[in-house]
Amino acid sequence: MTTTTITSRTGLTRTGRGGRKGTGRGSGPAPDRQNWGSTALAIFFLAIMLFPVYWMVNASLQPNGTTLETSWLPLKPDFTGYATAISEQGGNLGTSLVISLGSVALSLAIAAPAAYALAYFKVRGAGIVLFAILISQMIPGIVVANALYTAYNDLGLLNSIPGLILADSAHGIPFAILIIRAFMNGMPASVIEAARVDGAGHIRAFWSIVLPLSRNSLITAGLFTFLFAWSDFLFALTLTTTEAVRPVTLGIFQYIGAYVNDWSSVMATAVLASIPAIVLLVAAQKYIAAGTTGGAVK
Amino acid sequence: MSLTTDLSQAPPPHENAAKGMPGGGKAGGGTLDTVPAPRRRSRQRRERLFQWLFLVPAVVYMALFFGYPVVKNVVMSFQDYTTATFFTGEAPWVGLANYVTVLSSSLFSTSLLNTALFTVGSILGQFVIGLALAIFFQRKFPLNGILRSLLLLPWLLPLIVSSAVWRWILDKDSGALNRFLGDLNIVDTGVPWLTSTSLALIAVVGVNIWIGIPFNLTILYGGLQEIPDELYEAGSLDGATGWKAFRHITWPMLRPVVSVVLVLGVVYTLKVLDIILGLTNGGPANSTQTIATQSYALSFQEFKFGEGAALGNILVIISLVFAVLYLRASRRAVDE
Repeated sequence: MTTTTITSRTGLTRTGRGGRKGTGRGSGPAPDRQNWGSTALAIFFLAIMLFPVYWMVNASLQPNGTTLETSWLPLKPDFTGYATAISEQGGNLGTSLVISLGSVALSLAIAAPAAYALAYFKVRGAGIVLFAILISQMIPGIVVANALYTAYNDLGLLNSIPGLILADSAHGIPFAILIIRAFMNGMPASVIEAARVDGAGHIRAFWSIVLPLSRNSLITAGLFTFLFAWSDFLFALTLTTTEAVRPVTLGIFQYIGAYVNDWSSVMATAVLASIPAIVLLVAAQKYIAAGTTGGAVK
Repeated sequence: MSLTTDLSQAPPPHENAAKGMPGGGKAGGGTLDTVPAPRRRSRQRRERLFQWLFLVPAVVYMALFFGYPVVKNVVMSFQDYTTATFFTGEAPWVGLANYVTVLSSSLFSTSLLNTALFTVGSILGQFVIGLALAIFFQRKFPLNGILRSLLLLPWLLPLIVSSAVWRWILDKDSGALNRFLGDLNIVDTGVPWLTSTSLALIAVVGVNIWIGIPFNLTILYGGLQEIPDELYEAGSLDGATGWKAFRHITWPMLRPVVSVVLVLGVVYTLKVLDIILGLTNGGPANSTQTIATQSYALSFQEFKFGEGAALGNILVIISLVFAVLYLRASRRAVDE
C-alpha cells in the first residue's frame, strides 16, 4: 500500500518537473545537454572549493626549502616532506589515533544507552536532558577548558591520554546521543516489547535487539565522534603542558607557530592528519551524509 | 537476522501508537494484571529505576564536562585565580574586580568588535554562498550526488589543518593566492593577507566562510528537497517563476531551516578558536583578537584564570542571548 502511494507521488513530481522546464524551452534532446553543462559548472565550483586540499597535497610533494616557489603541479614528486613528517610527527599521529579510538568507545558506551532511554522509555526528565544537550552546544570550549585545566591539575589528569579521551568526548557525546536517539525514535516498539515478553531483561533486550537494529546510527555516531576527537585542538592545546602526550593537531600548530622554513613537511603532516576525513568521506559516504543532516536539524 | 538488517537499512515509519504511551506501565500493562496492586507499584518503581540506569552515565558525563565547568567558571570569575593558586591553593575572593578589569580594558572593545565582524561576515558569506549552491544542486544533472558529497571535505578536515594550508596559500611572498593574482597582473607586490592589520580579519573571515559553506549547503539542500513540487506547479500557473517563485514559495517554506542554520552558525562561530589561533594567533596587533581568543590568551598565556573565566562567561551570555532570541522566534513560527 505504502509503496504504491510513493511511486505515484514520485511519478507525479517527475512529470511536474518536466512540465515546468518544458514550458520554458521546448522539448527534445536539449535537457540532456544542459544537464552536462550543469555538471561542468558543478565541477568548476568543486575545483574552487577543493583547491586548498589540492594545494596541500601538491605542496607536500615539493622538495624542501623556501627559496623555491611551490610549482603549480607536482611534476617531480619528492617524498622528503613525508619522511620528515613521519619521523617528527609519527608518534603524535599514534597519540591522536589512540585518543580518537578511546573517545569513540567512551562516547558510544555513554550515548547509546542514553539515546535508548530517551527514545523508548520516555522517562521523566527526558525533556530536561535533551534541553541540556542542546544548551551544551552553546558553551564555548574555552570555558570548559578553563575550568577543566584547574580540575585536571588537581586530579593529575594533565598530559594524560585518559584525560584527553574524557575531554574530547565532550565534542562527540551530545551529538551521538541526538543522532542515535533520532534513529531509535523510528524503531518499532513492538519488536522490543516482543523481546521483553519473551523474558529478555532490559539489558539483554538492549544488547541483543536494540543495538543490532541501530547499527547504522551507531556507525554514523562513531565515525563522527572519531573525527571530532581527531580534529580536537583546543583540549590538546590547553590540557597538555609537556611533550609527553601530544596529538597531531598540536604538532601542526607547533610547526606553524614558529617561522616556517620547511612547508613541505608541514603540508605532509597536514595530509597525514587529513587521511581520516578523506577516507571516511570516500568509504563511508552514506553515514557521513546521514550525520550532517541528522545532527543539525533533529 | 535478515529481519534485523532490513530494519536497520530502512527505519520504518511510526506505525505504533504504543510509543506515545507514558513509560512505566508499558511493559507491565497486559501481563501483570494479576499481580496485587502494592507489588505492581514496587515493580513499576524498580522498572523506572532500571530505565534511569540507562540514562545515568550520560547525565553524569554532561554534569561533569558541561555543568561543572560552567559553575566553576562562574566561581573562578569572582576569584583572583592565578598560577600561584596551584601552589598555595588560595584564590582570594575579589568580587567583580575581574569583570571590571576585563570590561574596561581597551582590548575588550577591539575583541568585541572583531567578534561581531567575524561572526556577521562569516555567517553572511557562508549562508549566501551555501544557499546559492544548494539551489544550484537542486537541478538534476549527472554526478550531482557525488560532487555534492565531495564538497563536504573542507568541513570534515581538522580546523588546524585548514589553517595551516591557508597560511601557506595566503603567504605574502610565495603564497599561491599572491602568485595567482600576480600572474594576472592584478597586484604587483605580495599582499600581506595575514600580516597587515587592515587585511588580517578579512582573510580570517574568508577562510571561515570556506569552512562553513559545506555545512550550509548540506542543510539548506535538505530543506529545499522538502518543499513539495506541487507548490511550484501551482505557483507557475499563477505566473510565479524564477525570482518570484523563490520569494513567494522557496523562501517562506525554507524559513524554519534557515533559522536553524543561522542560529547554529552564530553559536558555532562565536566559539571559534582553532582557525584564528592557527592563522594569525590573534595578531597582528590584536587585529584578529576575538572574545574567545582573548579569553584563551588571558587564561593560558598570561595565566590570569580569573579574568579569562570572566571573559568566557561574557561569551556564554552573548550565546545565550542569541539562543533565547531564537527560541522566541521559533515559538512564534510554531504559533503561526
